[in-house]
Amino acid sequence: MKFVLRGHEPRWLAPVAVLVAVLVTLALTAVPIRLAGAAPLAAYERYLVTPLTSTSGLHEVLLTATPLLFTGIAVAIAFRAGYWNIGAEGQFLLGAIGTTWVGTTFTDLPAPVALPLGFLAGAAGGLLWAVVPAWLKRRAGIDEVVTTLLLNPVALLVVQGLLNGPWRNSSSGFTDSDRLGSGFDLPALIPDSRVHWGFGVAVVVIVVAGVVLARTATGVRIKAAGQAPRAAEFSGVDVGRLQWRCALVSGAIAGLGGASQVMGVQHQLTAGISDGYGYTGVIVATLGGLGAIGVVLVALLLGDISVGAQNVSLVLQVPAQLGAMFSALLLLAVLSAMSWRRYRLQWRPRSRSGGSR
Amino acid sequence: MTGGATDTVARPLLELTGITKRYGDLLANDDVSLRVAPGEVVAMLGENGAGKSTLMKVVYGLVRPDAGTVAVDGRPLDISSPKDAMAAGIGMVTQEFSLVETMTVTDNVALSGTGLGRVDRAETRRRVVEAMERVGVSLDPDRLVGSLSIGERQRVEIVKALFHDCRVVILDEPTAVLTPQDVRALFETVRRLRTAGLGILVVSHKLREVAEISDRVVVLRRGRLVGDRVTATVRDEELAALMMGGSTDEVAAATATPAAEPSELEAAVGMEVPTDQPAASATTTAASPTPGTTTGTTTGTTGEPVLRLTGLTVSRGGRDLLSGIDLAVRAGEIVGLAGVSGNGQTELVEVLSGTLPVTSGTLEVDGQDVTSADVGRRLAAGLGRLTEDRRGSVVPQMSVEQNLVLEDLPAYTRRGLLDRKAVRAHAEAMIERFDIRARPADAVATLSGGNMQKVLLARALARRPRVLVVAQPTRGLDIGAYRYVHQQLDELRTEGAGVLLVSEDLDELRALSDRVVVLFRGEVVGEMPVAEASPDRLGVLMAGGGSS
Amino acid sequence: MSINLLALIGAMLTIATPLVWAGIGELITERSGVLNLSIEGTMYLGAFIGFLAAARSGSPWVGLLAAVVSGVVAGALMAFFVVTLGLNQHVSGLGLTLLLIAICEFTFRLLYAGDRPTLDDKFAVLFRGTDVLAQHWLTYVGFLVLAPVTWWVLRSTGLGMRLHAVGESFEAADVAGISVTATRYVALMVGSALMAIGGAFLTLAVLGSFTLDIVSGRGWVCIALVIFARWRVWPAVLGALIFAGMDALQLQLAITSAFDAVPGELMLALPYLAVIAALAIGGRTVRYPGSYLKAYRRA
Repeated sequence: MKFVLRGHEPRWLAPVAVLVAVLVTLALTAVPIRLAGAAPLAAYERYLVTPLTSTSGLHEVLLTATPLLFTGIAVAIAFRAGYWNIGAEGQFLLGAIGTTWVGTTFTDLPAPVALPLGFLAGAAGGLLWAVVPAWLKRRAGIDEVVTTLLLNPVALLVVQGLLNGPWRNSSSGFTDSDRLGSGFDLPALIPDSRVHWGFGVAVVVIVVAGVVLARTATGVRIKAAGQAPRAAEFSGVDVGRLQWRCALVSGAIAGLGGASQVMGVQHQLTAGISDGYGYTGVIVATLGGLGAIGVVLVALLLGDISVGAQNVSLVLQVPAQLGAMFSALLLLAVLSAMSWRRYRLQWRPRSRSGGSR
Repeated sequence: MTGGATDTVARPLLELTGITKRYGDLLANDDVSLRVAPGEVVAMLGENGAGKSTLMKVVYGLVRPDAGTVAVDGRPLDISSPKDAMAAGIGMVTQEFSLVETMTVTDNVALSGTGLGRVDRAETRRRVVEAMERVGVSLDPDRLVGSLSIGERQRVEIVKALFHDCRVVILDEPTAVLTPQDVRALFETVRRLRTAGLGILVVSHKLREVAEISDRVVVLRRGRLVGDRVTATVRDEELAALMMGGSTDEVAAATATPAAEPSELEAAVGMEVPTDQPAASATTTAASPTPGTTTGTTTGTTGEPVLRLTGLTVSRGGRDLLSGIDLAVRAGEIVGLAGVSGNGQTELVEVLSGTLPVTSGTLEVDGQDVTSADVGRRLAAGLGRLTEDRRGSVVPQMSVEQNLVLEDLPAYTRRGLLDRKAVRAHAEAMIERFDIRARPADAVATLSGGNMQKVLLARALARRPRVLVVAQPTRGLDIGAYRYVHQQLDELRTEGAGVLLVSEDLDELRALSDRVVVLFRGEVVGEMPVAEASPDRLGVLMAGGGSS
Repeated sequence: MSINLLALIGAMLTIATPLVWAGIGELITERSGVLNLSIEGTMYLGAFIGFLAAARSGSPWVGLLAAVVSGVVAGALMAFFVVTLGLNQHVSGLGLTLLLIAICEFTFRLLYAGDRPTLDDKFAVLFRGTDVLAQHWLTYVGFLVLAPVTWWVLRSTGLGMRLHAVGESFEAADVAGISVTATRYVALMVGSALMAIGGAFLTLAVLGSFTLDIVSGRGWVCIALVIFARWRVWPAVLGALIFAGMDALQLQLAITSAFDAVPGELMLALPYLAVIAALAIGGRTVRYPGSYLKAYRRA
């Protein structure tokens, strides 16, 4: 058995590959569902369909998808330029720190000033965390995978250090920060729901990113830089500078995600502000084909599953980690299936024994 | 079924029968049969892209043929990996050496025979030294391969083959990257191997070397074996004709209309560009001369210099890759740059392209100093580029239309957005004009080499460059694309642009150029009108024989 | 302020042990040219499976064996993705880490909803009562057997040469008759088994229980150590000791509470920052293995 490079890719292949990957993922997740004593089909309905059947469910899906939209598009922009930013988690956390700092320092600001300032501080925090690896990559050619990755645990330690020390809650003494000034509360985007304006900001960011990536000269250059850096360089694209810029934009957008989560959901900094959103962002970006529309669809799908998983854990007692399992499995299954686009399996019988010693 | 001339030799050591290998639409090897006897040196001759490398990979188990067998000593083999080939006694010295740079000579030589357990380095080292002595190679067995010169690395490869008791040694383009001294040493080694009774297959596209080293020559063209001759009795032009192909009429015609100074080689291979040029040439400026043959002196072609290098030097790691190059290309002339590969041509093209920085000296395009300009400014100044690394010049996964506008994106931007209609229209126009067999939205990766070259040509010419720098423009192309490219270059000259043509194909250089400049070890060692550029004279210069 | 130096060294050796096991595992896989980001998940898997098997069987030895098997499986999976399918190494590794952690947490919640189970029997400490020598046998084996043996194998055996050849140049290895695929599979499976042992050490020897934050970034530390050590065994061990030393110092300062002003988190972050700083200073000269991050296909 071996893999043979395809000459041409049939049109039906990509959709079929995704379909197969989804089916494989469903089949594989049936095992833990069964182990938990639930019926897979009923559970799937609750994971995938139930959240979409009620207004409140839909709202929860949008709310859950919001941080993933930020981190997903952040990672997608960097990956597209060929800059492997694995550090969206840390950048998200630093964004949250930045927003918390302005939110707890300038508590009296009115909303029209406070909200932009909050987002700005978040973007600045994420950007700050992205600068060092991007600079090391540009100046000394140091692999960004390791540096961006290692800054994630550092960011978490910074959050914990702040919460254990200077930012410890002044009234309760718990290890979470004081509440942000009320001007920093993101208003609801949809009345009477928890969906906040962070979702709106995410959509705006994604639309802008989508237009830039797909419809502008910069987008073409980013694609060229990511797919064939040498050819891009030959054609006059300054690959190093482009990657540097994409890295910073990526960090800033991940930071906006942290800002949105602090101002829209928690209204304070907690150690659990990021539920692995930065890492999940890698899944969102990759599954979304590093494109804007793909990122939106995948973020919504994962939001749906995540809400469904909470629901199932309450009703059917299947632990909520099934949602995380599902998204990771889906990533690996889709990537595997997509390799089928480039290669096809060829079974070859072991021909003619003998001859060679 | 192979040439009757060789049936007298002993039972073949290596025998290939009916090897066929297809890649998609391309038939890389078509029913190739071949024998090598003990103590025989067989040369396999063929142009780049003729299928030689594929055949070698088949023999060495790196590529599995669709049909055909490989036999050693009359026993058919099932070779599916280099290990099998080596076990069967076949050793290979590839073009890109298969050495681990961070390992010592000893470890590299012994690598393939090593088991999993402890390595007795002292014993291995002794045997490696012994194998080196057998072929007259002297190298420090403890040096890291990464610190060796190219010629030394090749010797390591040969020692490797011998170390494993190979009886057939295949040398794939062994002289491509060697200095003349290294070539002499190599040939000496080959003779020793022959005396020892080994069978040797030398793959090459260089007629002269083949004549010097081989007993027998087989010729491969477009995947088929088209000739099998005894070296001592075959004439060069016959081999060249076999290699070049085309109908016998064409060869005859080429022979009948030789360039200014006919020689055997050139008469056979130096293709005249078809003279029935499109009418466009009638409208060109006075600066454009009639191409090629009329030029008698260096200054015969007039026109302003559109490319001028003055004292251009490029150093890296304290070594001069190019030193003090003075060179000018005028409007309406093609200047050929000759040289054995590795003498600075690649670097020169990179410097001109803007991907390698200049250490000192100046570089002007159409009167503008672009010594330290970025790619965009060079293009704006009127530079066009077509390098030998085609795959490194396109973004394979991107569409034809996007690749076509990649160097000119601002011109296709309206109010910040790409004007997709204009991009598409441009692609359609280029596809039409350059006869590219593809649709605008096709990924470039799916195109054939010839069509990819046309895309690059279209991109370079679309901006009407004042000077075009072009390297190995026809390497690996089929005869149709080959002619097409030559025709385009000639047309460009007629329209009054300058062309710097870098090529390892002397015949191509002599067919197209008005002047020929020779590069040796990063220096210009000769410059002459094409009429005086006989292969012999160029050969001497390229080997460093004419340096002042 | 008083620091008990011997106790500090003892703690350092204990803390360094999982880093030595998993770090050497990562070193082996990276020598074959695979950056294995599934290390964090594989350590987690080893910790959990080791704990689970030990809890069920009552024997830490069974736990260790189960952890090794789980590591081999994780390595084979990673190899399937990046060697057989040729997928991107970062994304596959990260995806596998997320998957393995999710599987473990899921199972843990399912089996021990809300409990904090402990093992009846965990690995005992040898030479109890001494400061420095009171260590687990896995610590002794890690420093005195695993590290020298790995060093020797990489340097002086055919196996090491094969790994070296595959990691530096596919073509050279292939032409020498060395299977790139088989070598990388073996490297990933053996390396991942060592990572799993590193994880299992935490549950079977140190804690005697399982918590959801048991590995908490130690895998990422190992990746840093290996690059910091430029893929050499002894510098990696040294790096693990330095890291562990800082961690131990931080713990002791926290206990003696003489250093309230210095947040413990800062001390914990120092090793990561030190590695990044080392990369920044020495990074220009770091020479990655030739086939790093690449998948191999014959033409």
